[in-house]
Order: sequence, then C-alpha cells, then structure tokens
Amino acid sequence: MAKKPQIAADTRPWRDPNAKPFVRIRDVTKKFGDVVAVSEVSLDIFKGELFCLLGGSGSGKSTLLRMLAGFEEPTAGAIEIDGQDMAGVPPYRRPINMMFQSYALFPHMTVWNNIAYGLKRDHLPRPEIEARVAELLKLVKLEGYERRKPNQLSGGQRQRVALARALARRPKLLLLDEPLGALDKKLREETQFELVKIQETLGVTFIVVTHDQEEAMSLATRIGVMNQGEIAMVGEPSEIYEFPNSRFVANFIGSANMVEGVVTEDEPDHVRIRSAELGADIYVDHGVDCSPEQILWWAIRPEKIRLTREKPAVQAGVPPDTNMTKGFVEDIAYLGDMTVYQVRLDNGRYMRVTKANALRGDPDAISWDETVWASWSGSSGSVLTS
Amino acid sequence: MKRGPLIPIIATLGFVFLYAPIISLIVFSFNESKLVTVWGGFSTKWYGELFADPQVLNAGLLSLRVAAVSASIALVLGTLCGVALTRFRRFRGKTLLAGLVSAPLVMPDVITGLSLLLLFVAMESLIGWPAGRSELTIVLAHSTFCMSYVTVVVRSRLADLDLSLEEAAQDLGATPARVFFDITLPIIAPALVSGWLLSFTLSLDDLVIASFVSGPGSSTLPMVIFSKIKLGVSPDVNALASVIIGIVALGVVIATILQLRRPRTARA
Repeated sequence: MAKKPQIAADTRPWRDPNAKPFVRIRDVTKKFGDVVAVSEVSLDIFKGELFCLLGGSGSGKSTLLRMLAGFEEPTAGAIEIDGQDMAGVPPYRRPINMMFQSYALFPHMTVWNNIAYGLKRDHLPRPEIEARVAELLKLVKLEGYERRKPNQLSGGQRQRVALARALARRPKLLLLDEPLGALDKKLREETQFELVKIQETLGVTFIVVTHDQEEAMSLATRIGVMNQGEIAMVGEPSEIYEFPNSRFVANFIGSANMVEGVVTEDEPDHVRIRSAELGADIYVDHGVDCSPEQILWWAIRPEKIRLTREKPAVQAGVPPDTNMTKGFVEDIAYLGDMTVYQVRLDNGRYMRVTKANALRGDPDAISWDETVWASWSGSSGSVLTS
Repeated sequence: MKRGPLIPIIATLGFVFLYAPIISLIVFSFNESKLVTVWGGFSTKWYGELFADPQVLNAGLLSLRVAAVSASIALVLGTLCGVALTRFRRFRGKTLLAGLVSAPLVMPDVITGLSLLLLFVAMESLIGWPAGRSELTIVLAHSTFCMSYVTVVVRSRLADLDLSLEEAAQDLGATPARVFFDITLPIIAPALVSGWLLSFTLSLDDLVIASFVSGPGSSTLPMVIFSKIKLGVSPDVNALASVIIGIVALGVVIATILQLRRPRTARA
C-alpha cells in the first residue's frame, strides 16, 4: 500500500485550532435548476494535505471539485483559496490545476506540447519551458515520449502525461478527478504509490475525488465522505473506519454488521443496549450521548468478532452473558488472506465475521453447519445515533 | 468472412452506374466530330475552342470566384452558428435558431431563389444596397444557403467533442478565445474543410438560385452551359464539363492529402 504523505502527528494542522486553512469552503450550495447537487458544504483543507472526497455517484463530489476549479459557480456560499475569495474568478485565473477523469489530453498535440501548453500560456521563455517539460517528463518517467501523440500511448502513460501537464505550472492546489479510475487493478496500486511520492516531493496540496474507498484509505491524509450533496463525515482514514459518526458512513466504508437496539443502562462510563435483532445485550465500555429507552444503532466490523465453538468465558470488564450470541455457520467464503463466515443467528438474522488465515490449512478451522458463539469486546463496536 | 463473387459484381455495377456517364463525357470531349454521339477520331480542338470563347471563360472564372468567396463566408458564419448552438448555455430562441438554420436544407431552390430576389429588390428600394443584381447578390445568396450546410457539419462534430478538452485548456490558463483557436478549431478542422468543400461544390453547381439573383453580365458557368444546351448539345460543352471535373477531382485529392498528412506534422 502507498505510504502516506509525511505530515508528522504533532503538525497535523487539522488538529490545531489555530492553523490557517489553505482552502476554505464556506456553506457552499450548488443547485442545477431544482436539483441540489451540493448542499451547504463547509470544509477546511490545509497546505500539503492529500484530501480525498469520497462518495458514490451523484453524491456531489465532482460538482464540488468543479466549483473549486471554477467551472461552476456556487449558488450560495464562498470558496477561498490561499486567503483569496474565488467568487467570479474564471478557471484560467485560478492558482489551481486539475487532472481530468478522461485525462482530456489534446489529441492534436504531442506529449511535449500537451505538457508545455500551460507554460506557453504563462508566456515563459522558451528555454525555461524546455527545461521544465524535461523535468516533468523525468518525474513521470516518460522521457523519450515527447513526440508521441496521445493516441500512441497506453492508458497508464496517458494518465502520467495528464499528471505532468497538470503539475507543469506549479499549482498551489491540484485537483484530481478519479485519477486512477481508468487503470486496471495492478497498475492502480503502483500508480497510487507514485502519486503519493510525487505529492510528497513537490509539497503540493492535492484534492482527490474518488468513489473507491480503498483508494481513499490508502492515499489520503483525511477523507471527506459525501452523501447526497452533504459532507457526512470528515476525518483521518482510521477515524472514518473505526469511529464512523453515522449509519451511512459505517455502511459506506468497509462492511459492518448493524443492529437496532434500545438503551437499558446509560451511565457516564458505560452503556447497555438490548438488541432483539442480535438476540443479546451489548455492553459498551464508554459513555455515549444518549438517553435511557432511546432507540439507536450499533455497528461492528466483521474482523472484530471472534468465533468459538464453546461459549466464551466471561470477558474482563464486561458483565456475564453480554457481548455474545449464538449462531450457525451457514456459508463460508475463502478469500485466501482471510475467510468470511456467514453466521445465521437464532432469530434468522445474518452476521458477517471475517478471520485472517494466519495458519496454512488450519485443520481446526470452523467449518460449515457448526454451531458457534460470536463474541466481541466492550470497545469493538460503534454506537450510532443517526 | 468468405466473400462470394456477388460483392465484386455488385460493386462493379455500382461504379459503372456512377461513373459511366462521366467517363463517356470525358471521352467525347476529345471527339473530332461535331456530332456529339458519333466518334470521329481523337482531337483536342474543342478545348482550344473553349479557351478561345470569352463568354465561357468569364463565366467559369466568375463561378470559381463566387464559389470560393461564398464558401469562405459560409464557413465563418456557419462555424459561429454551430458553436453558438452547441457551446452556449440555453439562450432565448436557441431551439428556434436551430430549426431556422436547418430550414434552407429542405427548402426548394426555386423558393430560396425567389425569396432572395424579392428581398434584394426590397432592400435596394429601401436602403439602396445591394445596387442591382450582380456578382455580389449571387455571393450573398450562396453564402446564405451554404451556411446551413456548414452549421450542420460543424455542429455534429462539436457535439462529439469532449467538453473537458476545452475545460482543460482553460484550466491551464487559456482564455476562452485562446481555447477556441488552440483546441476547438484544430480538432474540428476536418469538419471545416469538408464544410468548405461542400459549400464550394454546392455554389459551383447551383443553377436555380443563381438564375434568380444574377444580373446582366454576371452569368455563372451553370447558367452559360444551360443556355448553350438550349441551342443543342455542342462538343465544347463536353470539354467544359471535363475541365470542371478535373478541377473538382484535383480539389478532392488535395483535401485528402492534407487530411492524411495532418497527424504527422511536427510540433508547433
């Protein structure tokens, strides 16, 4: 997996309330006729970040990116880049460049001319343009391809030309629309690594739009999850995965077993939830902002559940007979690195459990049609109130 | 796929059907005999006679001039119209404009010619321009209807053009005008070439509209040929037609060569 850009923990600017954001998006709304594409989005993005906007199709992520680039004007709200209000500034006057999903390479120009196009528009002297293009070709490893036309390049090479062209004018902010979307899986993983390396070397702020959560998780310093034109959650990849703030985020990122429950005990240091769906009581070892009798949801990741044949012993810090339920292994999917178990609970609900295959051909592995106990610790799940 | 003998036979028949009249015309232009249908030996005398006839020569030059000028005017206007119809956001009357632009394509030439004549006469009495019927009125008439053809060709090419190419150029610092000349025009150039050639041919070919809007001393080549034919077919008309075919063929060959050479041009 790709290495994250090196922003040391103590300099993570989004954790510093006094840090000055590089890009400020304030209550931005975009309507196309009656359709609200982006709804009151506010977002701060800091210098040197690799920020991922993650969402399904129609979530408004591309519209937000196009507003940053200047191809769309917000219906309401303001966008500020490096302290400068962008209202009414046309795309060709913004200190931003964009890498398009289709790459948008000029088909009638050579690779060299494609990369040099922005530099020529800036009226740089010829020797400077030549030096800069040579430097960029080296950066994206395309030396010797200067005279080729885009239709004489492979998909991966085109992607690199598009990247070089977008970086040519040394933008302060680079927008990337599904940068790896058109590449096959193997090439995508390599390119991910390259992209992060280039970002790190140049120190440019990247905003990447993607629908691929794995890509977002491995690239981003922070992720903004978008849903129906709104930002559902902003956070570091581990926060988004381990501490989702809503049912949408828990379901959208990775997979989760989610059940409805009702609060039976609400104490500052723990919460007890009775879930008929799960056929068990859930003990959560930290306080939650909720009230007794409130109906809420509890989600747990498949890899955080243990499967055992015998009823597990009482867990430390968890009252007896909580955080466990009995089921029947109905289906097993062997994926190589891990195994996915479909466990049918007594009430007919299914629970998804994964287990890393640490042993080769484990003879003692749980098999089809076995009755098993599923258990989890007091801190494994997430309590969701929305 | 295995090809039976049927396809070559059909193809041959098709080509014979298309080109036999043209070839017989060229062959008979070298006929010695004064009778068009009787072969009397090889001769180039009709060509000599043709180039000695000032009426035909002037009409030929006039037609070429009219065709070149009106094709160029139609190209500019038609391209602008095509861009307006595909690239501008919805504006008032966009649908109406789209319909109006394609109307001349289906309008009978007689109607177009008559209405233009009436317009020119009315304009002359109102503002004194264009004064009388002349080469100018033919050019105006031809530019008008050729523009529709250019618009149709340019519009369909622009509709296929990926919008993000133009956005990318803007993003790299090009003003909208620059984008048009750097990106849009070069990419739609083939459509412009074919639009111009189409207009040129249509103008060169037009008899009906030109008959309505031309004045004394401004007879186009088709008009001269038509009036000559009325007095009986003479072999020099064959020679004239052969020359025209030669010019058109040369134009097509040049256009094809230019098109084929384009992808290999060195960096600008």
